Amino acid sequence: MTTTTISGTTLEVDAEGFLLDPGQWNEQVAEAIARERGIERLTDRHWLVITFMRKTFLETGSAPSIRTLGKASGVEVKELYQLFPKGPAKLAALIGGIPKPRGCI
Amino acid sequence: MPAPIRGKLYAPGRARIVLGISRSRRVAAPDSVAAGVGQYVGAMGHRIVILGGGIAGTLAANRLRRLYGDGAEIVVVDRDDRHVYQPGLLYVPFGLTEPEEIVRPRAKFLADGIELRLGEVERVEAGDNTVFLADGTSLPYDVLVVATGASLLPEETEGMTGPGWNESVFTFYTLDGAVALRDALRSFEGGRLVVNMIDMPIKCPVAPLEFCFLADWFLHERGVRENVELTFVTPLDGAFTKPIASRMLAGLLQEKGVALETEFATGRVDGETGRLISWDERELPFDLLVTIPLHGGPEFVARSPGLGDELGFVVCDQHTLQAGVAPNVFAIGDATNVPTSKAGSVAHFQGETLVENVQRFFDAEPLVGSFDGHTNCFIETGFHKALLIDFSYDVEPLPGRFPRPHLGPLPLLKESRLNHRAKLLFPWVYWNVLLRGRELPGIGAQLQMAGKTAPTAKGEPE
Repeated sequence: MTTTTISGTTLEVDAEGFLLDPGQWNEQVAEAIARERGIERLTDRHWLVITFMRKTFLETGSAPSIRTLGKASGVEVKELYQLFPKGPAKLAALIGGIPKPRGCI
Repeated sequence: MPAPIRGKLYAPGRARIVLGISRSRRVAAPDSVAAGVGQYVGAMGHRIVILGGGIAGTLAANRLRRLYGDGAEIVVVDRDDRHVYQPGLLYVPFGLTEPEEIVRPRAKFLADGIELRLGEVERVEAGDNTVFLADGTSLPYDVLVVATGASLLPEETEGMTGPGWNESVFTFYTLDGAVALRDALRSFEGGRLVVNMIDMPIKCPVAPLEFCFLADWFLHERGVRENVELTFVTPLDGAFTKPIASRMLAGLLQEKGVALETEFATGRVDGETGRLISWDERELPFDLLVTIPLHGGPEFVARSPGLGDELGFVVCDQHTLQAGVAPNVFAIGDATNVPTSKAGSVAHFQGETLVENVQRFFDAEPLVGSFDGHTNCFIETGFHKALLIDFSYDVEPLPGRFPRPHLGPLPLLKESRLNHRAKLLFPWVYWNVLLRGRELPGIGAQLQMAGKTAPTAKGEPE
């Protein structure tokens, strides 16, 4: 386990930077992580996805896959890749302060 | 009769506790568990409707019939009377199985006394304990078992069913597709052969890898292997979903000269110019594409209030198989949303838990959470060899021996001719043992750790 300091707060993260405790997350943390990963500003569309991810994780205990995001978050898969380049589910989870989606079995 | 209960006692809202009692020494149902069941108790009949007559529905029907005899009315609903032995689809493109060999009438495998009703399911109204069929008839039930499997959704990927479909773009996950691919492979002289899966979950997650291994062998036998660039393209970050097996299988791909392209999330297929295009605009050219389309639950699930998740799989408890929508609804096999492989072996291992819990529901007793995600698959690796893997929710595929610890005779996670020979016997086992709802001697429903080599702290088996 490692720690990282974002906007003055010390956070516990795993080897890939995912927050270990979703309770340590707040909007400033999200914006700081996003900037670190090359997303300069989080728009309403970003927040729609991030909020959906957190809500799903906190309710069900697992982070949604890209396919689930595309069907249920209100943002289609193509746009997800524009908002969160390369790996939308992974990146949105990282910014949303929840564990990495397992995605598959 | 099902085996004595040696599972975990499951009660909603409580921790699961391990139970080791025999059927004759049952504990009484705690009030909290019986609650919610009570409304069904009383003048309850034993009318069981099973949706789906594939492996899961058939073995569930036969097990329930054996348990209840004439004490329950069992109706199996399917849209047709053609039962496809799905593991056989892999062999069709290589001419190793004739299409008609893997299709048999469903009715032939349902025990006497079980009714097979042919019809399309319109929807389930769990609140009314009723299944509605497309022809307007309704089927009331006391217990419903959903065993309708997974559906292929090729039209959900842009361009897949457009130009080139069944000409240069194929899937072997349907009988027609497998036959069309067989004809194309016979005359394939060289070029880029791409094997691709769009996204998980898919039925038999090892099948795309087996296809690569068998294609390598088949093209070699035809004398054209060196003219073919063979590539496996996956959205996952490795060859398979579980780390140790993934590394082992990636090594096998490499040995056979199959290129591995990971983290490729296919956005569309262009059959006209022969390109796979990812959501982030990466492109992979192909001359022949073998793709595994997206999977989802059947359409009626989406039309049935509260029954499925957003992909159409039935939401159910991963240990008891009871559906979230109502206590008298259960699911088994590929139709469920439980986080294990979609495979016939899973349906077989779930059978015991399902039947036990249907009985416990009727008897207003607490359900058992005995299903552990147990999965068992042969992986054909070509040149008359195969691997065998055995895993569960908590235990990834490990090296060892199966089914008897240390004695085997089948080696786990290791190529062998014996595994291949066992796989060749498998169709007989499928039609004569699994569908009948019988047990395989020496192979329990729960995964056993004995005989498996656990990984060391470094994550590698010793």
